[in-house]
Amino acid sequence: MGRYVARRLLQMIPVVIGTTFIIYALVWALPGDPFAGRCGARPCPAAYVAEMTDKYNLDDPLPIAYLQYFGNLLTGDFGETFQGLSVGEELLRAYPTTVRLALVAIAFEILIGIGAGILAGLRRGSFLDNLVLVSTLVVVSIPVFVIGSVLQLFLGMRWGIFPATVGGDASLYNLILPGFVLAALSLAYVARLTRTSLAENRRADYVRTAVAKGMPQRRVIGIHAMRNSLIPVITFIGADFGALLGGAIVTEGIFNVPGVGNLIFRSITARDGVMVTGAVTVLVLVFLLVNLLVDLVYGWLDPRISHG
Amino acid sequence: MATTQAGIVPRPDQAGVTPLLEVEDLHVEFRTRDGVAKAVNGVSYTLHEGETLAVLGESGSGKSVTAQAIMGILDSPPGFVTGGAVRFRGQDLLALPDDERRAYRGRSISMIFQDALSALNPVFPVGWQIAEMFRVHEGLSKKDARKRAIELMEQVRIPAARERVGDYPHQFSGGMRQRIMIAMAIALDPDVLIADEPTTALDVTVQAQIMQLLADLQRDRNMGLILIAHDLGVVADVADKIEVMYSGRIMEQAPVHDIYAAPAHPYTKGLLESIPRVDLKGQELSAIKGLPPNLTNIPAGCEFRPRCPYAREICKEQRPPLAEVVPGRFSACHFAQEVLEGDIEPVQQ
Repeated sequence: MGRYVARRLLQMIPVVIGTTFIIYALVWALPGDPFAGRCGARPCPAAYVAEMTDKYNLDDPLPIAYLQYFGNLLTGDFGETFQGLSVGEELLRAYPTTVRLALVAIAFEILIGIGAGILAGLRRGSFLDNLVLVSTLVVVSIPVFVIGSVLQLFLGMRWGIFPATVGGDASLYNLILPGFVLAALSLAYVARLTRTSLAENRRADYVRTAVAKGMPQRRVIGIHAMRNSLIPVITFIGADFGALLGGAIVTEGIFNVPGVGNLIFRSITARDGVMVTGAVTVLVLVFLLVNLLVDLVYGWLDPRISHG
Repeated sequence: MATTQAGIVPRPDQAGVTPLLEVEDLHVEFRTRDGVAKAVNGVSYTLHEGETLAVLGESGSGKSVTAQAIMGILDSPPGFVTGGAVRFRGQDLLALPDDERRAYRGRSISMIFQDALSALNPVFPVGWQIAEMFRVHEGLSKKDARKRAIELMEQVRIPAARERVGDYPHQFSGGMRQRIMIAMAIALDPDVLIADEPTTALDVTVQAQIMQLLADLQRDRNMGLILIAHDLGVVADVADKIEVMYSGRIMEQAPVHDIYAAPAHPYTKGLLESIPRVDLKGQELSAIKGLPPNLTNIPAGCEFRPRCPYAREICKEQRPPLAEVVPGRFSACHFAQEVLEGDIEPVQQ
């Protein structure tokens, strides 16, 4: 187990180097002058350009500039934006909001997704089953920004049931609507996955054995069938959590959530290369770590998987 | 047990005793998209205390479905019991509501399956799965149930039971897994154990060990044992009585030794002749020609007629009922007497 974790961590090193290099290269290779429009209506003063060029090693060949950047990263220094803001501090400010939003979304996936999946899986072909199938299909087919805008308009503004935007106060209550929108797509998938998995496992031989052992119905389903059915579902939700921690540009945009997605979006439009590179680097790291965690949990859920 | 106190207890005349398990005119059908498959068509048999009954037949003969109907574990839908009775000590189980019937499972009647790997839950330790019997049925604490599970694992001769109680099914060999199934099935000291092809998935040497284990447990606990098999050889040594099934019906019923000496049904005869024998080495192995009938469309007359070498006109028109040929022996053949005495010639095809 320890060796497995160590091997996985070592494997991350080339992945992190590769991804950060690609991001760094792409951000600085974007066409256009990085100083265009930086200083109001006038071109930037030569001294400013010279200082910034030096600060971000813009005159160095790309690999050299990258190595300098990566060296700073290793010491925990994410650099400063053109405005002189610390990238590390900005990320620290935005990240808790994104984590909270992801948790709200995951809660919806578990409660509604697994719940609907179980109900549908237990009564295949019933009205409820068809309702789940059709509604999840509808959700999967609609783009997120449509779901987001529609829910914001009706639940948030017209009927005022939930806060329509989040703004500065990213409390769990304020995050209900964006969390649901963020969860919608995965929720539909979780419901379908649970349904199929449960329906399949209900016919399994070991479930029949549990019945033959004289186990009560709720134990047969709730423990014997469910434990096996949830293995793929939990794996999916875990991986999805990793993706959600990467922020949600569209959803955070619609509901004005001050999270990482929003930060990245603003930085891209502002051509703030340092911020984008720093944020994405963190996202890559988080995603890799969460995936490792999911794999470990998977091995714990299914004893047949060995991490030798 | 009575025998230990009274020394030798003569086996009671079973005619007057309520049988342990009595299946009567059982009908099971599967309602599928392709039509209604009549899997069991009027099966009756009885099992007495301490008796081993072997149910033989090809795949699809209805032997497993009968057992599943007895246990109440038919996949339903598509499977439905459409008639008959399953009486345990006189109580018709089919007439009981679900929760009352559940009380019989595992406690009075239990069952082991062909493929222990898929029949055991892959994500729970084997000890947990055995202990579950005590925890749910008898309300034992986790610790006590675990202790009982280890005892049972020792009883079914699993080496190092104490160390292996926390292992998962996939960490055991096929034979050991079947032993775990057996341990689970006998946990609550059931009166009837149904073993559905318990050795089919195992190596020949392991087969013999498992059969021996079952025979020993059956004797020690005086259980009624229903042994389902498709191989006459496997059950010869342990069974008292044999039921030969074909197309959802019993074709022949007889004490085990009589059937081996002289079958009273052409199908049994065919089965016996298809067993490889040392003294016939070098000769071509005989096989029963053709396939069992499609259960959604069983032909009129005798079900076995299309494959029977002795089939005559009457076999086309009348389905022979299961009738007594000589005392204690039953056969569903118009020419049972002649087959028994070897006094019938195959029809030229």
